[in-house]
Amino acid sequence: MTHDEQVRLMTDKIAKFVEHTAKVLPDDVRAKIDELQAAEKKPLACAIYQTMQKNQDLARELWRPSCQDTGVLQYWVKCGTAFPLIGDLEALLKEATVQATFAAPLRHNSVQTFDEVNTRKNVGKGTPTVFWDIVPGWDGCEVYTYMAGGGCSLPGRAMVLMPGAGYEGVTKFVLDQMTSYGINACPPLLVGVGVATSVETAALLSKKALMRPIGSHNENERAAKMERLLEEGINSIGLGPQGMGGCASVMGVNIENTARHPSTIGVAVNVGCWSHRRGHVVFDADLNATVTTHSGVEL
Amino acid sequence: MIEIRGDKKVLVTPVSAEDLEGIHVGDVVWLDGDLVTCRDVAHRRLVEYGRELPYDVRDKAILHAGPITRPIEGVAEGEPDYEMVSVGPTTSSRMEKFEYEFVKATGVRVIVGKGGMGPNTERACREFGAIHCVFPAGCAVVAATEVERIAEHHWDELGMPETLWCCKVREFGPLIVSIDADGRNLFEENKVEFNRRKDEAIERISAQVGFIE
Repeated sequence: MTHDEQVRLMTDKIAKFVEHTAKVLPDDVRAKIDELQAAEKKPLACAIYQTMQKNQDLARELWRPSCQDTGVLQYWVKCGTAFPLIGDLEALLKEATVQATFAAPLRHNSVQTFDEVNTRKNVGKGTPTVFWDIVPGWDGCEVYTYMAGGGCSLPGRAMVLMPGAGYEGVTKFVLDQMTSYGINACPPLLVGVGVATSVETAALLSKKALMRPIGSHNENERAAKMERLLEEGINSIGLGPQGMGGCASVMGVNIENTARHPSTIGVAVNVGCWSHRRGHVVFDADLNATVTTHSGVEL
Repeated sequence: MIEIRGDKKVLVTPVSAEDLEGIHVGDVVWLDGDLVTCRDVAHRRLVEYGRELPYDVRDKAILHAGPITRPIEGVAEGEPDYEMVSVGPTTSSRMEKFEYEFVKATGVRVIVGKGGMGPNTERACREFGAIHCVFPAGCAVVAATEVERIAEHHWDELGMPETLWCCKVREFGPLIVSIDADGRNLFEENKVEFNRRKDEAIERISAQVGFIE
């Protein structure tokens, strides 16, 4: 295969996968929604869950994006330094986004700032967003795809607490977002929390946390404990589906962390809506693709 | 007017203020007739720039939404030239700052969106006889199949999400009434209890996360 053919192949595979993620939710989200629906008791909440399930069935049957807001595409890349297409990746992810936009079709969600013009292609200056992790020596490449919708982007918040505020302050910061903005962001939510040293480090981690599977836990014991406490605490508020009341509020809480400056605690919250369109695919050096988030997908 | 079909209460456009009198927060209704997508820029143009909406929504319904549409190839002049692929509500609170003036100027009766709105919308609903309803968001294919056709579209220069897509809908719903024509606001009422539970949760968790010793 020539280099150009390799680029074409990977572009096609990513485009096909992005289209799939717009139409079918990942396995962990579907299982969690089933679980929350089975435990729900309020009639209005039950009716909303039924509509949600009917929608996912219809989306698959009619092969259409299950939510009209297919977001600004974000790609979280973990790329080996020996991966043959490392230098082509950013350009091909952009091309794949355009391709998926017309094939699916996806909504045109890139408005050039200051010019305030929609590009009508779903790509623009700096979009799709590509986040990089480099793995020395590896010849493969992992890509998380994520559709960052407007509704679930709006509640995003970051701030720097003084150490005196402690993890008690982190708790309050997270919970305050749930009843003010989270309520409108299509609960049951997946809540991502970043605990780090500054606004940008915390913010990046809070979104990265949303790539982790539902039900997974931080490897630090205390952080994992805090995930469970926050999940239980936010659920006890009873936001319910659409924030209209119900037995649960969230699909889970994922915390990602780094060390901090002794004088600061950077904290951030990002939420994923119930229609959490996150995908994960791993490429080997021959561009064989393995999808881990959606069963039964061949690329 | 209102039609009762089996267990469904259906609002049929044109809707009058009297039609809305017996409808209260928490009720579930459905909609037949005219539903026009109308979101951030349309509200701004009308309220801040004083431009008239290119489609009359008096006694009709608007949807806070930016859909996915697709051109229909080879249609005759005057026939619908776009199909609705996916459409669902967007966050209504973004339109809160404009909604009182918007309802006053347009005479719209039914506002469909997602999440809660605030005092401007409550006041508009109370003074002019209107309601705000929630369509379960993220259920965009259900909603699209309840759109019979896109009759007209305006302000296309704004791009796909912001264009005014003028839809004819049939039993569009479920629509959960979140602000009624008395100005009662379901989200604000629920928030009182949500915030009480939140404060309890903060206290409970804080007692267990004293990691800085």
